[in-house]
Amino acid sequence: MGPDSPQHILRPVRVGTIFLSFVGALVLNFLPWQDLRLVPDFVALTLCFWCIRQPRLVGLGVAWTLGLLTDAGNGVLLGQHALAYSVLAFLALWLSRRVLWFGNAQQALHVAALLLVAQGVELLVRIGAGAAFPGWAVLVGPLLGAALWAPLSWVLLIPQRRLEREQML
Amino acid sequence: MRMEHTPPPFFKRGPAPLVRLFFFASLSVALLVIDARFRYAEGLRSSLALIAYPLQKLATAPFQIGDSLGDYFTSTAALREENERLKAKALSYSQDAQRYHAAEVEAAQLRRLVGAAERVEVRAAPAEVLYAGRDPYSHKIFIDRGAQHGIRAGSPVADENGVVGQVTRVHPLLSEVTLLTDQDQAIPVQVVRNGLRAVAFGGGPSGMLELRFMAANAEIQNGDRLVTSGIDGTYPPGLPVALVERIERDAEHSFARVVCKPAAGVDRGRFVLVLTNESKTPPRPDETQAGKDRRGDKTRRSRSKEQAKDAAAREGKDDGSR
Repeated sequence: MGPDSPQHILRPVRVGTIFLSFVGALVLNFLPWQDLRLVPDFVALTLCFWCIRQPRLVGLGVAWTLGLLTDAGNGVLLGQHALAYSVLAFLALWLSRRVLWFGNAQQALHVAALLLVAQGVELLVRIGAGAAFPGWAVLVGPLLGAALWAPLSWVLLIPQRRLEREQML
Repeated sequence: MRMEHTPPPFFKRGPAPLVRLFFFASLSVALLVIDARFRYAEGLRSSLALIAYPLQKLATAPFQIGDSLGDYFTSTAALREENERLKAKALSYSQDAQRYHAAEVEAAQLRRLVGAAERVEVRAAPAEVLYAGRDPYSHKIFIDRGAQHGIRAGSPVADENGVVGQVTRVHPLLSEVTLLTDQDQAIPVQVVRNGLRAVAFGGGPSGMLELRFMAANAEIQNGDRLVTSGIDGTYPPGLPVALVERIERDAEHSFARVVCKPAAGVDRGRFVLVLTNESKTPPRPDETQAGKDRRGDKTRRSRSKEQAKDAAAREGKDDGSR
């Protein structure tokens, strides 16, 4: 029935799971990375995931709040990530009915496009504010993020999976 | 189509997604403008940073624990070796320190002789680097000292080798340091060899410093050491800043481009010193001098008019009395 293959009926998601996953993504983002351009934006990726999976629970409000937190935590222009994440969430909601019908590879392609758009918004904002172009390496982060889509989906769906025994019943 | 366990709420979905996007996007843009142009959003930023602080602590904690574990398991041999090395270093430093003290006393005497303002001693507060800012467009680090520890925005930050940057934003528990290599950061410097003054700008992604607008025939060469000149009243004078690495003289331009390598470990190292330079600099001259001069002229003119009037009145009185 569902777009997932093999077909499993998932448990309903708990709000706590979503909250914890966002906390985890923020912590991953705040890790002391060496070159930030090469690191995927875990918050954007998690946001993408929940917007596609649970469009009724996670939307633009959550995206905007997360963006503002990221902005303050990173000491960048206030509103930069908020804008990028809002656009990302909107696009993810728009595609949410479509993406899950594809296989993992095509899903990752969709996500790559979304993450690139979000990165593009950040780039435009910063260049508009007078920063220099940081080099084409900024494209690596979103593409790596898209490559992480399948493992991330698997991990984030763990709390919703049923045991094998339950599946049989 | 997904299996939902709750019946879908058919009629309450709130405003359309496009409307919501418009709302949040305009909110973000408004914030951006307020933050970039007017800097009114500092309170909001501080409180948000306070919310993010535990997460950041959590993210850096494993590395700090790893470091302390590593310290615990270092062998005694390594410790003894390091101890001896440090002792030798301390000995050479103590010599330098004695000479420095003598020179300082002498300099103070001479300055008093000349009648110059006595320089207030620079105080230094050690701080630990928490993490680098997650922003590929600027070069910033965050340190674990904030407004609660008496850090103020504008203070220079240095490590054992030289200037690292400047505190640009102070939160309650941590503060933000803009590194010298940031594109928007500038620092007044002086060539040690001949006292030539210049301003070093951050080179952005290259991690270098740049002296812009140096005359093509300026006397500067590869390997020159640059120190702070201290004429801005922010950085104490004489701190090492950079080493000249490359000079590009182009016949097309009348300016030479001087590329320098920062002396301090700008993007390395875990401990820095926040300096508080409380030198008494004379107040800056007013920027709108032209207008003031004109006004000054006017007052002078009116004053002379008044004087003339007074004189006339006195004469009149004199006439009346006569």
